[in-house]
Amino acid sequence: MNLSREKIISRVRAALAPLKARAAYPVFPDNVATMPASVTPTVDISRLFKERLQLVNGLSFDDATSLAAWLKAKGYVHGYCDPLLWPRLSTAFGAGFSIETVFDRKHVDDYQFGITRAAGAIAETGSLVLNDATTASRLGALAPWVHIAVVAAKQIFPDVATALTSLGDDPNIIWCTGPSKTADVEGILIQGVHGPGEQIALIEE
Amino acid sequence: MKYQQIDQYAAKISEEKRASVYGGSKAGYDSRIKALFNHYTAPDELRQLAGQIKQHAIENLDTYLPQVEAKLQANGVRVHWAEDAHEACQHVLELMRARNATKIVKAKTMVSEEIGLTAYLENEGIECLETDLGEFIIQIAHENPSHIVKPIIHKNRREIAKLFEENGLGDYNDDPQTITLRARQYLRLKYLAAEVAITGANFVSAESGRLVVVTNEGNSRFSLAATKVHIALVGIEKIVPTDRDLAVLLNLLARSGTGQQLTVYTEFISGPRGAKQPDGPDEMHVIFVDNGRTEVLASDCREILRCIRCGACLNVCPVYRQASGHAYRSVYPGPVGAVLSPLLAGRQFPELADLPKASSLCGACNEVCPVNIPIPDLLLRLRDRGKRERSAAARAAAPSLGTWALGASLPSLWKAGLKIGGILNVLPRPLLPRAARTWIEARGLPPWRGGQFRKWMKLRSKK
Repeated sequence: MNLSREKIISRVRAALAPLKARAAYPVFPDNVATMPASVTPTVDISRLFKERLQLVNGLSFDDATSLAAWLKAKGYVHGYCDPLLWPRLSTAFGAGFSIETVFDRKHVDDYQFGITRAAGAIAETGSLVLNDATTASRLGALAPWVHIAVVAAKQIFPDVATALTSLGDDPNIIWCTGPSKTADVEGILIQGVHGPGEQIALIEE
Repeated sequence: MKYQQIDQYAAKISEEKRASVYGGSKAGYDSRIKALFNHYTAPDELRQLAGQIKQHAIENLDTYLPQVEAKLQANGVRVHWAEDAHEACQHVLELMRARNATKIVKAKTMVSEEIGLTAYLENEGIECLETDLGEFIIQIAHENPSHIVKPIIHKNRREIAKLFEENGLGDYNDDPQTITLRARQYLRLKYLAAEVAITGANFVSAESGRLVVVTNEGNSRFSLAATKVHIALVGIEKIVPTDRDLAVLLNLLARSGTGQQLTVYTEFISGPRGAKQPDGPDEMHVIFVDNGRTEVLASDCREILRCIRCGACLNVCPVYRQASGHAYRSVYPGPVGAVLSPLLAGRQFPELADLPKASSLCGACNEVCPVNIPIPDLLLRLRDRGKRERSAAARAAAPSLGTWALGASLPSLWKAGLKIGGILNVLPRPLLPRAARTWIEARGLPPWRGGQFRKWMKLRSKK
């Protein structure tokens, strides 16, 4: 096994040895690929995030009461919720919901929605940032048809470049930019392939 | 042989398939243009920058490979090395055997196609199921993908509906929404039953040891939420120096591939699941695969190792659009495949040496490439190599240039040729030279006007 490693590395060295000079690492600012419209200093980050989330077919709510009303109107009444979140949300949700705070993978299709905490969001792209430390269950945030991520307004990064320089040390970070999508069949856009068909952000001030 | 192999293939594909490929690739090209030029004032400068970052990375792999290995190990990842396809497959098999595991879900790994992993494991009694919708359809159809990001670009919904019916995935229904829902239901049970997830990596940061995997469907995420072991198959050219480089590369990858600002799921994986996280792998393995890449690195075509597999060069290529991906007889089709496939073939280079000729050298592939690979230059270098290695495949249907060379080196003969050439205008078709006959099968032949330019020049300089 280590023999293969040595062989590969020595082949790499031999391949590069004849180069008179190696290509230099270019100089560029972190935000070189940020969309110009996202760097306007006057822009309200929360508002930009909501607009961009809408562009990728996501939804946002500012309070749990209107979120609960939306879910009820759609007939989504059974779901999973992060045990740390539910005490805070249960009053706003009121009666008529059945919530589980442990995600049971044997009944993966029984949950109509999953509510988890987001570690942050990215305004430029309308992305939600999830990681292992704040997401109570990877499956709970993925398998149900509706995923609701609760995100604090102050944790919204302005752009991709800033989010990248603030990744932290979590072993698994995932940016979710709208609902799960495919265009594999004749290029026709279909939402909800393996992940949620509805991606929602509940923004807390 | 009258035609090159790619022409022979293209001549035989059905109108239906040609229309699917043409329409799909054109739509991909249009959305890319919209995303790049509406979002950026100088997208070409970004492409050049991305190219410089990747060129730097591959020209310093001797530094970055040991660095990324140390970082991965510090993150709790076990690192393996595979010189060739067989060794990579063996690593996976050994990992499976040691865990008594028999079921794999895989997501986003072209390397697994390249090394023939699925067939290898099936022979050993291990199920290895593709989870991307398009790749899943390819797998149950026993076919190969024909596009890098749209594997079933050549198929229409009716064929898919029939395939689902034959495979017990419901009655005939060609509604794309229904097709997708059925795959969703079927595959989530497979994720939950599998012990091991295999993914590729779009990028690996040498700075942090993070693997970056992007999908739109969420199949990689589901694989890594449901299983307990993660194996990543990574080509050694996937390394980038730092995390900040990803801002450039992710933005360009999504826009070039699918016209999106970002792919829906962008996952940064630096090890097994977090301590409090109930879902996801307890162990993680990275297998670095050479399989011919160090030979490419040693060649004068090493720029092709910059490729980030966005598929933009396929969408824009007039040859790809007419011939389809299967015409390229390899895992990597289109302009990138015409360069990469013969190079990765190693000693079998001559068998694929005709692929670099499947291009009009129009340069569109270079213009759209997010890492600015000079594909036309590389194609020319490989044509030269094909000639030098006397590849029969490359020589097929190539008109001899001997007569032309003789004429071009003797001015009197050349002038005489220009005069006699007029006879082409009156010769009956069957008597025309072969090259001209082949040309007019699908096009008109312009009238011979040899010598007119010289006459015009002479008159002009007199005035």
